Amino acid sequence: MILTVDRVTKWFGEDPTRTYALRDVSFGVDHQEMLYIVGPSGSGKTTLLSVISGILRPNAGTVTVEGKDIWNLSADDLADFRLHTLGFVFQDYHLFPRLTTAENVAVPLVLRRVRWRDSLRKAREVLEVVGLADKAELPPPRLSGGEQQRVAIARAIVAEPDLLVLDEPTASLDGDTGKRIIEFVKTRILEAHRAIIVVTHDDRIYQFATRIIHMEDGRIVDRAEAVA
Amino acid sequence: MSGILSLAMKLLLGDRGKFYTLVIGITFAVFLMMLMTSMFFGIIQHSAANIINIGAEIWVMDPNVQTPQNSIPMPDYMLDVVRSVPGVDYAVPLYLGAGLVRLENGDYQAATVVGLDDATLFGRPPLVEGRTADIYRNNAFFVVRDANYAKLGSPKLGTTFEINDHRGVIAGIATVPVGSLFGLPTLYTTYGRATQDLPSTRYVMSFILVRPKSPAAVAGIQRAVHALGYRALTAAEFTTRNDQFYEFQTAMGMNILIMTLISFVVGLSIAGETFYMFVLDNLERFGALKAIGARSSELVAMIFYQSLVVGFLGFGFGVLLASGLIAFGKLKIPNYAAVITYQNLGMALVMVLVISVVSAYIGIRRILRIDPFVVFRS
Ligand SMILES: Nc1ncnc2c1ncn2[C@@H]1O[C@H](COP(=O)(O)OP(=O)(O)O)[C@@H](O)[C@H]1O
Ligand SMILES: [Mg+2]
Repeated sequence: MILTVDRVTKWFGEDPTRTYALRDVSFGVDHQEMLYIVGPSGSGKTTLLSVISGILRPNAGTVTVEGKDIWNLSADDLADFRLHTLGFVFQDYHLFPRLTTAENVAVPLVLRRVRWRDSLRKAREVLEVVGLADKAELPPPRLSGGEQQRVAIARAIVAEPDLLVLDEPTASLDGDTGKRIIEFVKTRILEAHRAIIVVTHDDRIYQFATRIIHMEDGRIVDRAEAVA
Repeated sequence: MSGILSLAMKLLLGDRGKFYTLVIGITFAVFLMMLMTSMFFGIIQHSAANIINIGAEIWVMDPNVQTPQNSIPMPDYMLDVVRSVPGVDYAVPLYLGAGLVRLENGDYQAATVVGLDDATLFGRPPLVEGRTADIYRNNAFFVVRDANYAKLGSPKLGTTFEINDHRGVIAGIATVPVGSLFGLPTLYTTYGRATQDLPSTRYVMSFILVRPKSPAAVAGIQRAVHALGYRALTAAEFTTRNDQFYEFQTAMGMNILIMTLISFVVGLSIAGETFYMFVLDNLERFGALKAIGARSSELVAMIFYQSLVVGFLGFGFGVLLASGLIAFGKLKIPNYAAVITYQNLGMALVMVLVISVVSAYIGIRRILRIDPFVVFRS
């Protein structure tokens, strides 16, 4: 298991108006899995993704990644864990509009103390892999939505993370582009020691999942439905 | 770390508008503050011109004297008393006062008159025209060729005039290291002639200039003079006393202080506010960096770096602008009293550092409270 989620509960707000986003959620992810978390809007998918990526502290339960109980780490260790183990693709990309595309992709390497010039070289290589070599010097706002998504993916994989998490990666893409990108991620990233978690409610890309878990109202329903 | 700082720099330069506002705001504050304090230091320096130009080691004076311009005459016997104080090598009288000059064309002009000890001419200025001994000729005066020289009609050797209804003739033209602050031309003559022709009070001796036998004798001389009811100050002490008079007992010091504080507050509020806006605008970006794995300390370093970069740029431009304007002022107004000293450079630097650090601190407090969870929210 690369990731184990054990009885995780997360609520928002204080007692009388408490809303539960996650109720007693448990599951695991194995190496070489491309796990989909699907469910209606508001069912807790993004909350779950934030909890397992060390960004949102759960109220109860544990998250273990590569043997580390991540919510017992210090703030700095947690930041290091995210930097060295995870790659993120956020729903809104969160690219830096004033940096070039290559500089955007280089950010995780720069944070890992790779020298600026080496980071940029590696970033350009990865941009070539996602088919954006010719856009390396442009700022993201000059790119189309699909291209920006690929930049976000390039940034997520540039440091070769063991666990890649994507939140609604195809929400703002047309069907074909979405499929091509997810297929690309699956074929290029999913190696022996890696795993991918995709949060989505886009059924056009379900075909790439190795496993799908469904969420509803903060709970996992209809567990472990094998697809691929 | 350098990669992270490059990233900080790119984020900062990304928002040109705020970047320029920050730099211009700090530039403006530094400029104002440099100008204010330079003028003040300039004024103070020029106000101490006589202490510097005459160059005595110890000045004996009435205890109520604050500046060389406002001397209180002492009785003549004090000179002999001071001469007999142990440790005194020699002591000479000095007259420092004002005279009313009537020019050949009939115009009146006030002038500072310095009367030097007849025997030694101690404190005499270097001459550019004429000979020192000519000061002993009838009615002889040396005129200082400074910014106020023209007010006497730019007299030449031999030019005659009246001073306090006595005849005067220019016997030498002198220069001095520091020009007078008060816009008056300066005439040197002998103590004897100055005290005969000019004053109307009973006592005439403005200062006694003392040369101690050795530096070690200074303290003893000061004690002895103090016991006599007078005050003996070294040149440095007299300069400080003069400075303090202008700083604390005239409106000038307080006004300059207020203006300096205002420029500081203006700079701080422009920079602090703009920097905070910059941080707010980039909150999402800092949140993304945090989510990707930047440590809090790295974000703090980025913010400090950004605020210090704009701070030092503003400092540089502000100092350049102020020194440019002061140089221009000196070109146009010959005795424009403003000097940039290490002191006011240092003060401006400290002010900029405070502005940078406070701005950064405001930003950092906000940054540290960012929940990286924002990056998952649309
Ligand atoms: N920061 C928050 N404060 C309060 N409630 C929240 C917050 N984030 C999420 N929620 C609530 O938690 C539930 C799950 O949200 P989310 O995880 O975003 O669902 P999904 O990603 O499946 O659409 C929703 O009811 C949502 O309103
Ligand atoms: Mg969501």
